[in-house]
Amino acid sequence: MTPKKEKDTEEKTESKYKKRVDGRKFDELRPVEAKIGVIPEADGSAMYKSGNTIALAAVFGPRTLHPQHMQNPKTGILRVNYDMMTFSVSERKKPGPNRRSQEISKVIEWALAPCIDLSEFPNSVVDVFIEIPQADAGTRVAGINAASMALAHAGIPMKEIASAIAVGKLDKSLVVDLSKEEEDYAEGEGATDIPVCYLSRSKKISLIQLDGKISSEELKQALELGKKACEEIYKIQVKALKEIKE
Amino acid sequence: MNIPNLQKQRIVEYLKQGKRFDGRKPEEYRKIEIRTGISNKAEGSASVKFGETEVYAGVKLDVMTPYPDSQDAGVFITSAELNPMASAEFESGPPRIEAIELGRIIDRGIRESGFIDFKKLCIKEGEKVWSVALDIYAINDAGNLMDVANLASLIALANTKMLKYNEKEEKVEHGELTKESLPLNKEAMSFNITVHKIRNVFVLDPTSEEQEISDSRISFAVCSNKNKIRISSIQKGKEGALTAEEIGKILNLVEDKWKEMSPQILKYVWDKE
Repeated sequence: MTPKKEKDTEEKTESKYKKRVDGRKFDELRPVEAKIGVIPEADGSAMYKSGNTIALAAVFGPRTLHPQHMQNPKTGILRVNYDMMTFSVSERKKPGPNRRSQEISKVIEWALAPCIDLSEFPNSVVDVFIEIPQADAGTRVAGINAASMALAHAGIPMKEIASAIAVGKLDKSLVVDLSKEEEDYAEGEGATDIPVCYLSRSKKISLIQLDGKISSEELKQALELGKKACEEIYKIQVKALKEIKE
Repeated sequence: MNIPNLQKQRIVEYLKQGKRFDGRKPEEYRKIEIRTGISNKAEGSASVKFGETEVYAGVKLDVMTPYPDSQDAGVFITSAELNPMASAEFESGPPRIEAIELGRIIDRGIRESGFIDFKKLCIKEGEKVWSVALDIYAINDAGNLMDVANLASLIALANTKMLKYNEKEEKVEHGELTKESLPLNKEAMSFNITVHKIRNVFVLDPTSEEQEISDSRISFAVCSNKNKIRISSIQKGKEGALTAEEIGKILNLVEDKWKEMSPQILKYVWDKE
């Protein structure tokens, strides 16, 4: 970069990221598929596919919580378990939970907790299991979208639906629903990944994380973009839930 | 799983009349459904369903130094997870004995049959060989995971493409598939058939309830050998002991079943869409 360019204000320099690799518009989701009841043994289940990312979610409960010392006599609790299958990524992942999957399980739990009301089920637990058979970025948000549908399918009392999306900043351009290739974008300011989860009724944000660099102004725009995308996802979730045949 | 006594009695009464709750005959299988390529990140993958029981199997390849006792052969690793997603009976945490046994039986059936040509998986003797990691996930358990997992594994292996190997740098290019298939001996492919004995009735492809109340189970990995069958692994499970005569009867049943099913099974494994 020449010294002259460095003096330019941010607004003046144009983003190097002008066109998405897969031809999508900046605010366009990857092709979505949503299906309910994919795991008959579970009390509720769903599959959410976004482009090449697939998430399966199964819900069990409310059921008695073990170990007993974790029981809450005032309300039931939500417990989320997220993991990726060994063959979901290019280089085989070691089986079983790791630090990453445990952290993601916890943030998904926090993202879903405000949606449900377990006060009628003291001492019990609602277990949510999320598995990723095929990963191409955005696995935690796909997991949330699947889990949210599975909770509704299980008949858990719900106040609202959680819908989530990863918003990204590639150099200076804001885009939604990053693919792995986009996540690895390294030119200009590089890639910033912002998974967000919106609640359908209260419009509150129940999950937000960020990896990268962004200005507060851009972040506000990113949230707005995320909100629009989540409204679209919410419609897809509701449509899938209405199609249940049982 | 707790089965009420009344239900147990009913299952047995039905079986004595040659009937089952879902309308099948004792030796009849549920509908089999196959999907290949369930993960585009795997070198080979498949989902197999027998009725509502569903298993995912996926294969990942890598390159490693061979084991000291087999310097010129590839390495095969199988692991199975009874995911708590698949049944209220399964719990989170490290694999328990059921999952360990399942993985080991699948492993032996494939390894001992000679299905995988391990010699062809040697890149440089004593230095570099391919490793084949087969991972099995129970997605929905409605009985007979063992046989479903075996078929899913065979199909995943048959669909596996080799990764690109960079000779110069002596390393594998992850994510870059070639057109070359995993070296397999087609004729040696062994199919797992598990027989459950419920009182005096032999039952195939059990539901969870039938599996739970059975007195003993015995699994055979079999393939065709001229007009007969060849067995490459056996596992007897549960507390009920079997007489030699009973094992003879079970063998006949397995042989008949394999003859009946093999044309369809071979199609499932080898016919690519």
